[in-house]
Amino acid sequence: MKLELRGITKRFGAMVANDKVSLTVQPGEIHCLLGENGAGKSTLMNVLYGLYQADEGEILLDDEVQKFAGPGEAMAAGIGMVHQHFMLIPVFTVAENVILGHEPTKFGGVLDLKQARDKVRELSNRFGFDIDPDAIVGELPVGVQQRVEIIKALISDAKVLVFDEPTAVLTPQETDELMAIMKQLRQAGHAIVFITHKLREVKEVADRITVLRLGKVVGEAKPTDTAEQLASMMVGRAVDLDVNKGAPKLGKKAFVVEGLNAWNEAGTQVLFDVSLDVHEGEILVIAGVQGNGQTELTEVILGAHARTTGKVSLDDQDLLGKSIKQILDLGLGFVPEDRTQDGLVGEFTIAENLILDRSDRKPFAKGPSIQPKVVREFAQEKLKQYDIRAQSIDSTAKQLSGGNQQKVVLARELSRDLRLLVASQPTRGLDVGSIEFVHDQIIAARDSGIPVVIVATELDEATQLGDRIAVMYRGKIVGIVPADTPRTVLGQMMAGVA
Amino acid sequence: MRQSRKASITMLALAVFSFVLWAMAPATATTIKVATDSDIIKLPDFNVSPMLVSAISAIVMLGVALFVGWLAVKKNRKAPRWAIVLFGLAFVVQALVLLFSGKTMTISDLLRGSLVLAVPLIFGSMAGVLSERVGVVNIAIEGQLLAGAFTSALIASITHSLWLGLVGALIAGAAVSWILAVFSIKYVVDQIIVGVVLNVLVIGLTSFFFSTVMQANQSVFNSPPRFDSIAIPLLSQIPVLGPMLFTQTAIVYLMYVALAAVYFFMFKTRWGLRVRAVGEYPLAADTVGIKVYRTRYISVVIGGALAGLGGAAFTLGSVGAFGDKMTNGAGYIALAALIFGRWNPILAALAGLLFGFAQNLQYVLTAVGSPVPSELLLMLPYALTVVAVAGLVGKVTGPASAGKPYIKS
Ligand SMILES: Nc1ncnc2c1ncn2[C@@H]1O[C@H](COP(=O)(O)OP(=O)(O)O)[C@@H](O)[C@H]1O
Ligand SMILES: [Mg+2]
Repeated sequence: MKLELRGITKRFGAMVANDKVSLTVQPGEIHCLLGENGAGKSTLMNVLYGLYQADEGEILLDDEVQKFAGPGEAMAAGIGMVHQHFMLIPVFTVAENVILGHEPTKFGGVLDLKQARDKVRELSNRFGFDIDPDAIVGELPVGVQQRVEIIKALISDAKVLVFDEPTAVLTPQETDELMAIMKQLRQAGHAIVFITHKLREVKEVADRITVLRLGKVVGEAKPTDTAEQLASMMVGRAVDLDVNKGAPKLGKKAFVVEGLNAWNEAGTQVLFDVSLDVHEGEILVIAGVQGNGQTELTEVILGAHARTTGKVSLDDQDLLGKSIKQILDLGLGFVPEDRTQDGLVGEFTIAENLILDRSDRKPFAKGPSIQPKVVREFAQEKLKQYDIRAQSIDSTAKQLSGGNQQKVVLARELSRDLRLLVASQPTRGLDVGSIEFVHDQIIAARDSGIPVVIVATELDEATQLGDRIAVMYRGKIVGIVPADTPRTVLGQMMAGVA
Repeated sequence: MRQSRKASITMLALAVFSFVLWAMAPATATTIKVATDSDIIKLPDFNVSPMLVSAISAIVMLGVALFVGWLAVKKNRKAPRWAIVLFGLAFVVQALVLLFSGKTMTISDLLRGSLVLAVPLIFGSMAGVLSERVGVVNIAIEGQLLAGAFTSALIASITHSLWLGLVGALIAGAAVSWILAVFSIKYVVDQIIVGVVLNVLVIGLTSFFFSTVMQANQSVFNSPPRFDSIAIPLLSQIPVLGPMLFTQTAIVYLMYVALAAVYFFMFKTRWGLRVRAVGEYPLAADTVGIKVYRTRYISVVIGGALAGLGGAAFTLGSVGAFGDKMTNGAGYIALAALIFGRWNPILAALAGLLFGFAQNLQYVLTAVGSPVPSELLLMLPYALTVVAVAGLVGKVTGPASAGKPYIKS
């Protein structure tokens, strides 16, 4: 089935998320929608799927104009969607999830789960998925959950399939497998819209590429274009994708973790015998798919995790058992994974956020009172230095875009006297331009002789930033390898194969 | 790990308590009367020694506690459900035999009364299931019960029809929950606050009309007929359970039907699957074309109607007239039963039965002249809830989106 979007405009209040966007996808074609975070890709697809109503424009399937009042109607018309955030009910079984909304029934209302199971098995076999229809979805690995989403889309006989950033949560192997599945679906004649901002994937599967920037179509690109060309189309200016960093000048071993075990609140062990060390002037990247213990490891370093055994030391001082404040005072700079939640106070101004952890000491405080002038000067300086795009230092943090929020956190953490920098996914959700800047700052910190620990979920970032890479899988360190280790080997380590 | 350790520590403490009770056990025997006049097979009465029963209970409890502790420490496993049930049973048996020492404990009285007291709780917990499973926290069960009790008494008094009284109760309960639904779904007001406000509102309204209308003209407005007990042939003659389950009023039989229906609809039908989906992840339900708001309204309102019936159980089932604030917190206990029963209607009903039992025990003990102060016994259901939920059941998680409004963009 051929899909055509004509002049779609969607506004949220004054903000134009989609501005006269047009797009055509032929059956048997993988059409990549490329764009930075916030470019309006998900919005466009939600309009197509009937979740949002377009303010202008029309949707055509095989040249017939469609009107979707809700997702149910879009589904019925043959549109299937694998959402960026899975639309699965964690406590339901695979079969229950897959049939939700169009349940097979007998006696006018009684669920026919047998029929559902059979259908799941059949589709599962056709695509070589190994999925138990009776498994509870929440207990499945993310990669498998995604296949459940795919089955869910296919079971209602979707001819147009939309994949919204499907690889964000996958291991490199799972990503390869997904690409293979997409090619298989293309073979079967589906029209596929593939949303991503990862250039490598675009170049691998795309038949055609449409680039979206700030809600507008910038133009079409060819799969044969270089990554740099694609990136500059996305960002709207020339970008340098390479990280420029010299050889590390190693100092002494400053940060050491030995035999660290940790348990979560429910009592499940989350870290198993983790050992690693970082020298001064070195970046150690902790690589792994999200949810393999990296969050817990950084929490332990920060002193935010109570149930632990083993040893963590910085400059020969034991960190375990110390409070967060004590550890920060020892010189830890911490960039949390979820900056809006843990890194910033949304209601506070940029200036206040920049001194959040030092509001009680010199030069920002004199006795019990804060020195507004010093605080403001400091904020102005950081705003300029870090190129934080905000109306003023009095804007609240929650008014900033993700990239600028991240810059505020970095500016705060890096402007202290650091003895260790720990950053979780420091470039998550940033545009290509900001990524460049953040990487440079991290490398500058390393070159000033600070040991640096970076948690990365993307292989590219891991290999570009790291001097060494420690791969985590299921709470264990699978191995610590040099940064020039081949991708395939790293991928296997991340999947727990090697 | 920590959860299962907590359970075993709770159990150990109770086991030690049980040994203390054993040491203090009186020598006078407890007579247990099992048979009722209508039983097919007459079981004889028998005497038991509180000492002996205490000894057995204490040892069983200690054994289970140690086993659970061993599982927790060595195997890192949670306490199995049978262990918890066995433990609770041993404790209850011991407590009963001790409390009735030197007296006669009539099992059928104990059980039958428990069920009667549990009926509003069970109807209330069904309202909770229907409402919270679809994602609306229902603190207003109390108000729904009270509205049902008042309306059924009023209508049955005026019309002299029990069945019209029941219909009135249905509508009253549904009306209260409809207000809850409108404010939580449409106006996205905090659901707990709406619930509490509704309870206060219903108490105020019924108190007002009770004192101005009902009390002024008791014979016209507050003397409804009452449902008679109907003994179901054969079934009611089963020893022990028969009289409890099958010599009851029509409201109780209605409750059996409602309970079976709620369970069946919730877990076996398309409708139930959608209700649960909406309560877990409304956006996901929306993306497959389920009407989130409509589903929420319907489920909440049906739940309220059932709670209304629970209210009628007070007036048309047991008491025979409306009394000021007569539900007396039953709605909150129903809420506890709902959580204790993990949002499953059957388990919640069993929990309701347990709370009914604890309440009834207090009446029976007072009647036979137990030395334990009745105020202390009054605490029993609540103490039970706290121990059970905090110590044994552990963290229970309800429907993921309960209490969270769904806002469509
Ligand atoms: N429901 C919404 N309400 C208001 N603004 C929204 C909403 N959804 C998305 N936006 C805004 O629209 C823009 C495009 O978002 P989105 O389509 O999610 O981008 P992408 O998927 O390309 O990363 C962003 O600036 C985002 O903040
Ligand atoms: Mg998106």
